[in-house]
Amino acid sequence: MSNVDAVKGTSAYEVESMSRRDFLTTVVYGAVGAALSFVLFGLLRFPKPALFPDIPKIFKIGRVEDFPVGAEKIFEDKKVIVRRDAGGLFAISLICTHLGCIVSKHAGLFECPCHGSKFDENGKVKIGPAPKALEWLKVSQLPDGKLIVDTMRKVPIGTRYAI
Amino acid sequence: MQSKKGKGEMGLRDYFKNILRLPKTFLESFVRHGKPNSDRARSQTVMSNIFLHIHSTRIHRYTLKKTFTFGLGVIAASSFFILILTGILLMVYYKPSVDLAYDSIKDIQYVVPGGRFIRNVHRWATNVMIVSVILHMVRVFYTAAYKETRSFNWLMGMVLFILTLGLSFTGYLLPWDQLAYWAVTICSNIAASPRELTDALGLTPYFDPGGFMKVLLLGSEEIGQDALTRFFWLHCIVLPFLMIMILSVHVWRVRKDGGLARPDNIKEKDLQGIEEDGNTRNVFENAPQKTYGLMCLVRGKTPAVGRGPENTIPSWPTLFIAEFALFMLTFAIVCTLAYFFDAPLKELANAAVPENPAKAPWYFLGLQELVSYSAFMGGVGIPTIAILGLALIPYLDREKQTLGRWFDNRTGRKVARESLVYSAGVTIALLAFTVKFGWLRNWFPDIPQLVIIFINPGTVLVSFFVFWSFRCLYKFDSTRISAIALFTCFIVSFIILTYFATYHRGPNWDFYWLKSQWPIH
Repeated sequence: MSNVDAVKGTSAYEVESMSRRDFLTTVVYGAVGAALSFVLFGLLRFPKPALFPDIPKIFKIGRVEDFPVGAEKIFEDKKVIVRRDAGGLFAISLICTHLGCIVSKHAGLFECPCHGSKFDENGKVKIGPAPKALEWLKVSQLPDGKLIVDTMRKVPIGTRYAI
Repeated sequence: MQSKKGKGEMGLRDYFKNILRLPKTFLESFVRHGKPNSDRARSQTVMSNIFLHIHSTRIHRYTLKKTFTFGLGVIAASSFFILILTGILLMVYYKPSVDLAYDSIKDIQYVVPGGRFIRNVHRWATNVMIVSVILHMVRVFYTAAYKETRSFNWLMGMVLFILTLGLSFTGYLLPWDQLAYWAVTICSNIAASPRELTDALGLTPYFDPGGFMKVLLLGSEEIGQDALTRFFWLHCIVLPFLMIMILSVHVWRVRKDGGLARPDNIKEKDLQGIEEDGNTRNVFENAPQKTYGLMCLVRGKTPAVGRGPENTIPSWPTLFIAEFALFMLTFAIVCTLAYFFDAPLKELANAAVPENPAKAPWYFLGLQELVSYSAFMGGVGIPTIAILGLALIPYLDREKQTLGRWFDNRTGRKVARESLVYSAGVTIALLAFTVKFGWLRNWFPDIPQLVIIFINPGTVLVSFFVFWSFRCLYKFDSTRISAIALFTCFIVSFIILTYFATYHRGPNWDFYWLKSQWPIH
């Protein structure tokens, strides 16, 4: 009986005041953990490039005179189609919203060769696995009168740059 | 004086004698046991060699039964070895730069002596590896060799399976031709396809795991030099390194888990034609109680305790001869294929003109078929479910049973056969229905995307299989039978979907009976 009491007594005592060895062990664990997590957090953003060195996201498409009403121009390397109707100018991305293939125009429809998605003239999905409409991109004019398309900025379907 | 002179002569004589004996002493320092013609020396041959010792020193004769393993694991490892060798050779001439990659592959194909053959071997070994890895998994599953102590090794096998697919996928971009560019465009957008779900829920501006994955993979938002650098880095350094590490663990654990799985009662018929070791039999007949000291550390059934003479033979040389023969077989198959069929090389990658049809490598085509219903479900959702399901098999099916027999017993064979018919029926019917009548959007043009994500031919297929599996669980009251049902369903539909997408999908992913019916453009 007295033995058990003695053991209990010592263990309670040890919990209250940490031995030097336990304290240093805890400190070492903490230090190792802190060092490794600093390294890890420091590297967290490493794989994401600070800037994407690909083709420019904003490009010039010409002047207003180049786009009479009813005109249509495809910029193949930029994957954009620019059209003008009575309401104004608008640009639609030709990148399929399904898996990024390039759609082409057949009989008034945009067709994707990869999985057969079809979009109507305004880029709305008619058929196929594409989850959403082709993107409409912002068209604007520089002070010198040149028109630009910004492929980074999406606009709601039907938005036109009035001329 | 005289003795001093004699001493000097002795030293000189020893010196020259040592020079003459150099080959022998060097060999003795290198191989520290006699010729492997006794059991002891054979064991030492295996134990004292770092490359051999991941095998056990003795194996059970059942291990060598040809119709049990078909040597599939060794064939997979052999093709990986061939891939490393040919890959190292290809790296001599390959230049991982957008401007030079295509030309350097062309050089390898048309200018470098032997280059075309080496590239073909690299290509064909990939195919052999993927087929043998899948078949190896099928073998391990149907012989219940994933159970008990072997659960973790099944998990390692899953990791190796993913690494195999990752290696072949990252290699696909390197030639920088049209095929590479558009297959990787599709696959990287599959990585981004969680956007389909976040878009449908309106979360993308705040939470975009899909976009993050894509940027992580490509180092950009589109395929360019960064993507090529990353794929090259993954293909030549990171993934092979992981592969070698985990492959070593995988093989070593086979030894630690007590060798290949085998039944408790092996009939003499099973071992017919497999070499036996009369010598061992005598040893163990004299000492039937013998156990190895280390056996107390190894979990599972020990080969010796209470079961009289073991039916083992030394690994050296029988096992190694078998393995080497399989390596040579693999090599012969790969070389024959490489001699007759060239690896494809299309035109230089052109970001403005997609391939039509743009098909991924064949082993991803089953998934591409599902992707053509919903990018997220087909490309991320269902593969994740399948991989998780496979990985969890040994943890959910913990029934005690006899290991190492194909389909366990008559019930297993029956369920496997029924599942094959069921899965083939459901898959073919669903494909025929989809080709003939289309899917939800054909009938309700304004249907929300969220509905299509959750109800499409892919998810319908999975629900059919899950239903079937639970039905078998209920009917036979056995998790193992239920696992056999589900596994069979997935494998069969994987094969059918792969076949379908390879042969019956043409331009615009339309259905064609024959490739000759494809429109010309």
